[in-house]
Amino acid sequence: MLGTALIVFREIFEASLIVSIVAAATRGLSGRALWIGGGIAAGILGAVVVALFADVIASFASGVGQEIFNASVLFAAVGMISWHVLWMASHGKQMAQELGGVSAAVKAGSRPPSALLFVVSIAILREGSEVVLFLYGLAAGGSNASTLISGSLLGMVVGIGAGVALYLGLLRIPPHKMFAATNWLLILVAAGMASTGAHFLIQADLIPTLGAQLWDSSALVSNGSLAGQTLHALIGYDARPSGMQMLFFVAVILGIGLTMALRPKPAPRASSPKTLAGARAG
Amino acid sequence: MFLGRFVMKRLLALSLLALLGACSGNNMPEQTLVLENHKFTPDQLTLAAGEKLRIKVENRDDAYEEFDSDSLGREKVIPGKTTGVVVIGPLQPGKYPFMGEYHHETAQGVVIVQ
Repeated sequence: MLGTALIVFREIFEASLIVSIVAAATRGLSGRALWIGGGIAAGILGAVVVALFADVIASFASGVGQEIFNASVLFAAVGMISWHVLWMASHGKQMAQELGGVSAAVKAGSRPPSALLFVVSIAILREGSEVVLFLYGLAAGGSNASTLISGSLLGMVVGIGAGVALYLGLLRIPPHKMFAATNWLLILVAAGMASTGAHFLIQADLIPTLGAQLWDSSALVSNGSLAGQTLHALIGYDARPSGMQMLFFVAVILGIGLTMALRPKPAPRASSPKTLAGARAG
Repeated sequence: MFLGRFVMKRLLALSLLALLGACSGNNMPEQTLVLENHKFTPDQLTLAAGEKLRIKVENRDDAYEEFDSDSLGREKVIPGKTTGVVVIGPLQPGKYPFMGEYHHETAQGVVIVQ
């Protein structure tokens, strides 16, 4: 039972951390509970569908379809997070300043949470499909049903609990620093996802490694350890990263960071038409 | 629109890289790893340091398996009765254990890099 619990926990844990970061990052956005709930539901559904078609995906592209699939969904998530972060960078300040932050979000439209719905779904879909395959395999292999159910429930509860703990921790950040903090957290998550995506493409031998191993910190924090997995979810930690993974990581941070720094400052809200025109021309 | 360009650029860069990779890795040594009754045969693979190796994991069992190695940094689900490809390396000399995560009591093996 503990073996089952451990494997289920390992798969659920990272998805759970991502969901809690998204939940914290969207605090105050209208309809957030629905978006996140929808994302979780879509993710679970997606996990079952991916598990059902696992052999089709695996046989695609001469045996590396799974890697291409994983890399694609990860890069899609990176795009969605970038979109959300850039949107929050221009609207978050207003929202935090106003007591009625919710109404500002409604006015600004609710598309960014829909981008994060996608991120939540993807996180659950990727890890969840492996849980489904694993449990299906055990069930088909004639394992005792009650051990199976109690083991996976235990793994799930502990995994989700870790996410809840992170969420409660993030809520303690004061509101005026909240958006900046969760935005940076999301940028790191996105950079980590890009690095993991690159890792999958390397595993499929589709891109070069650019230096197979920049360093080896496995003696300090191994990939399989709890700390390693936490860091993997948060920043894409790999104890033996390749140059290409690092390149993807840095590119995303620079890409989002520079876009945020270089984008024109939003015009002050009570500005005269003249300053507005000036800001647009500049 | 801005973001569209951002994503487009990334996709373009990615496809170029993919092309580069596809052209580079054709003369790589290949080895077949058979998984039967949740055991790997051979359970030991050798590889020269700094070389890459294409492992064809042939799962003859009905059950799903996940080829998993922390030290190799590889994780891949192999459905029953299918063959999956895992490329490893280049690596430093040493021992790199791998396992089938779903049946790790029996599915164990090691890559030895010399």
